[in-house]
Amino acid sequence: MSVVTVQLGQCGNQIGQELFNVISNDSNDAQTCSPRAQGKAYHACSRERFFNEEASGDPSARAVLIDMEPKVITQTIAMAAKSGRWKYREQSFFCQKQGSGNNWANGFRVHGPRHQEAMGDLVRREVEHCDRLAGILTMMSVAGGTGSGVGTYVTQCLRDDYPHTFILNQLTWPYCTGEVIVQNYNSVLTLSHLYQCSDAILVHENDAVHRICAQLMNIKHISFSDVNKVIAHQLGSVLQPAHTAHTQSQYSRNPMGELMSSLVCHPEYKLLSLCTIPQMASSSLPYSAFSWPGLLKHLRQMLICSARMEEGIDWQVRAPSVGQGAAETRGMQELGFNTSLANLLILRGKDVSSADTGGFLDPALYCPWLPAEGAISTWRSSLPFNKYEKSATLVSNSQSLLKPLDHMVGKAWNMFASRAYIHQYTKFGISEEDFLDCFTCLEQVISSYKHL
Amino acid sequence: MTQSIVVQVGQCGNQVGCRFWDLALREHAHVNKKGIYDEALSSFFRNVDTRRSDGEGCDIAGGKIRSLKARAVLVDMEEGVVNEILQGPLGDVFDSTQLITDVSGSGNNWATGHRVYGSAYRERIVERVRRAAEHCDCLQCFFLIHSMGGGTGSGLGSRVLTLLEDEFPEVCRMVTAVYPSAEDDVITSPYNSVLAMHELTEHADCVLPVENQSLVDIVNKIRHMAHSGKPGCVIRKDSTLISGQGGVTGPAKPFDAMNNIVANLLLNLTSSARFEGSLNMDLNEITMNLVPFPRLHYLVSSLTPLYTLADVNIPTRRLDQMFTDAFSKEHQLIRADPKHSLYLACALMVRGNVQVSDLRRNIERLKPSLHFVSWNQEGWKTGLCSVPPVGHLHSLLALANNTCVKPTFIELRERFMKLYRKKAHLHHYLHVEGMEQGCFSEALSSLSSLIEEYSQLDATKNLLLPDASRLSIAT
Repeated sequence: MSVVTVQLGQCGNQIGQELFNVISNDSNDAQTCSPRAQGKAYHACSRERFFNEEASGDPSARAVLIDMEPKVITQTIAMAAKSGRWKYREQSFFCQKQGSGNNWANGFRVHGPRHQEAMGDLVRREVEHCDRLAGILTMMSVAGGTGSGVGTYVTQCLRDDYPHTFILNQLTWPYCTGEVIVQNYNSVLTLSHLYQCSDAILVHENDAVHRICAQLMNIKHISFSDVNKVIAHQLGSVLQPAHTAHTQSQYSRNPMGELMSSLVCHPEYKLLSLCTIPQMASSSLPYSAFSWPGLLKHLRQMLICSARMEEGIDWQVRAPSVGQGAAETRGMQELGFNTSLANLLILRGKDVSSADTGGFLDPALYCPWLPAEGAISTWRSSLPFNKYEKSATLVSNSQSLLKPLDHMVGKAWNMFASRAYIHQYTKFGISEEDFLDCFTCLEQVISSYKHL
Repeated sequence: MTQSIVVQVGQCGNQVGCRFWDLALREHAHVNKKGIYDEALSSFFRNVDTRRSDGEGCDIAGGKIRSLKARAVLVDMEEGVVNEILQGPLGDVFDSTQLITDVSGSGNNWATGHRVYGSAYRERIVERVRRAAEHCDCLQCFFLIHSMGGGTGSGLGSRVLTLLEDEFPEVCRMVTAVYPSAEDDVITSPYNSVLAMHELTEHADCVLPVENQSLVDIVNKIRHMAHSGKPGCVIRKDSTLISGQGGVTGPAKPFDAMNNIVANLLLNLTSSARFEGSLNMDLNEITMNLVPFPRLHYLVSSLTPLYTLADVNIPTRRLDQMFTDAFSKEHQLIRADPKHSLYLACALMVRGNVQVSDLRRNIERLKPSLHFVSWNQEGWKTGLCSVPPVGHLHSLLALANNTCVKPTFIELRERFMKLYRKKAHLHHYLHVEGMEQGCFSEALSSLSSLIEEYSQLDATKNLLLPDASRLSIAT
């Protein structure tokens, strides 16, 4: 089954291109793996999922590129063509001349509706090229105007056009400071709208990824391309073929559906965070060895204390003992314990069958109203991923995004209290009442996660 | 790619504009070695086949550069400056359909420029601008350049602003306004400036005020450094900042050094719209991020490197120095000290080989020494453009919406009041048809309320305001 990717705005397009790079490289590497048959199957499955076979040469990504200004799209297409392994299909992009100017309202109220048909047609064409559609992945940032504003509009339209298709939004949350001043407004508007129409929202925080680049990858001068590569690696490790509990003998045919059913069991909770272990500079990979128990022990603690990387995790944070009352759980949460609703563990690499995931079965990790057996799923693949001999990724629907979300809403609310910048939004038809509705929606989400 | 049109009004406006076109051409010539008419060039220039003899030629999309025409409209009510430009080496980038001149000047009288010439030339100006707009396939921004002190620049310039608003309400209007120094030889300059400011406050999307005195100070300091001859302290010959060398014009004229600085401001402001970068910053993002309230749209700018030192291999320390400098008093284009005032918002537009981690490090480093308004503690906007200015490895333009503009406005009001109390020179203005004393009192109260708005924000500077109490949700 295939996934159609929609890349929106500067951020979405750049990460999308990196993602297809990772997927293409990884599945090419798989072909040389032994046993051959397994590598071949992996390659074929990945290809079907993300690429169209073109009669003439390189496969083309099942992707639609959307931006309101041409510079990034031109660059993205050129970079893909230069890879020599894959490309974007001709005429699979939509761009205009003038960007949305960091204004969500401009993207959502002006650009989105104006170009609805053209953008819809592009997606439909990609969808029609799929034998079977597994779902739609949209990639965008929440800070700017095009990714967030047009992206939200496009997601709403996709929901109307494909009411029974899974829609996964990959969102990049901006750095706390420095990218866009009105980013918190744009984020609040985006998230509250997406919460109504998306099936799941997978979040990467620039700040966290930046720290990974600095501390784990040892990059001195971190560029956006470095940050995007890490995000692409993490996403790739989720989206590439794997065996699920239901498909022991072959690769899962329904990756989006399985992802949703393992993680999003309640429409009130659809914020997913990601962490991957190990991550390091590619130059040190050949000199490193990892064992499954070690990796999983770290990963479990990363989950418990809600850390995005293994460096500097707080080993003091513990899960409450089972059977204790809500008061004790609350107390542990105050000490940093991160209660999960559901987790998806994806293990890739050598001896994967020997990896013992028992640590994640502990009912103490989960909220009491869901049985632990249903709350944890594991996908496995015995092939190394993206040059890592062993690699484990955890997609988590837990309280771990509560803090950044609360921070974001708080900042936006403070600004809203003095009505700063509101005139820029009312100009395009987003009123103070609209803002209030969005704040209400997100306060509800915050409250729900808080009381897990 | 979008296009912008520069409307330059009056002597100062035209001289600054002229320096801008010179430097812009030079910058593109440096980047664009093949002489291809590319998207970057198209943002401010048309490529025209001049063999067609209908006066303005026809546009050629792409291909080799034939004849470049600036997307500009030149307005002056005397002929001297514009004629000089036309006869100079830059004459070729303008043609007769882009010019509007008269012979008699505005006599340093805002009312003459705004009312008399404003009405007489309205249609013609609209027609010229519209023609320039028709040559654009996506017009994004008007850059209006004029002085505040004289008659034509301030009077007609601010009139042009309102007609742009009437005729092109969707297109962003950015004004570069040169404020007179206290010892200005035009005695009525306080009147002209306050009357013009009323229009700027009401009708511009954002204003970049530049003070003559700061430019004089900067130029003097650069001269001093150039002559002191300390080792390692030599001005680089090819710097675009103070010399026009390498451009198409010949020997420098008296105001050239000062005008160059303003031209550089515009050059860096538009760089992200012209070239690519890992974090694009479009022109319409400037107002979106820096203007929290519609009237408070005066942005204090600072440029670095301003006092360029001779050193080709600039190590990281130098890069960080560039960020530090952007916040120092000496680098501001108005006489103001943003460090000791309150920031509403701040944009850093970086050019050259600078990474996001350099930006983050410097923001973290500088943040503790700056005061930001309570609801915008993280009020930073950044842009990364990969093409540096000619002769430099990197450069930085900082735009600050900061209450430090207030002293400039207060000083201007004082100078205005000195004349206005005695009704000095008032009759020259009231002679002009349609000018009433009410215009003066309105302009004055507009300025006062602007000052008051800044003061109110300033008062919150060292207060720790509690967070606004959040919406409560029934659980």
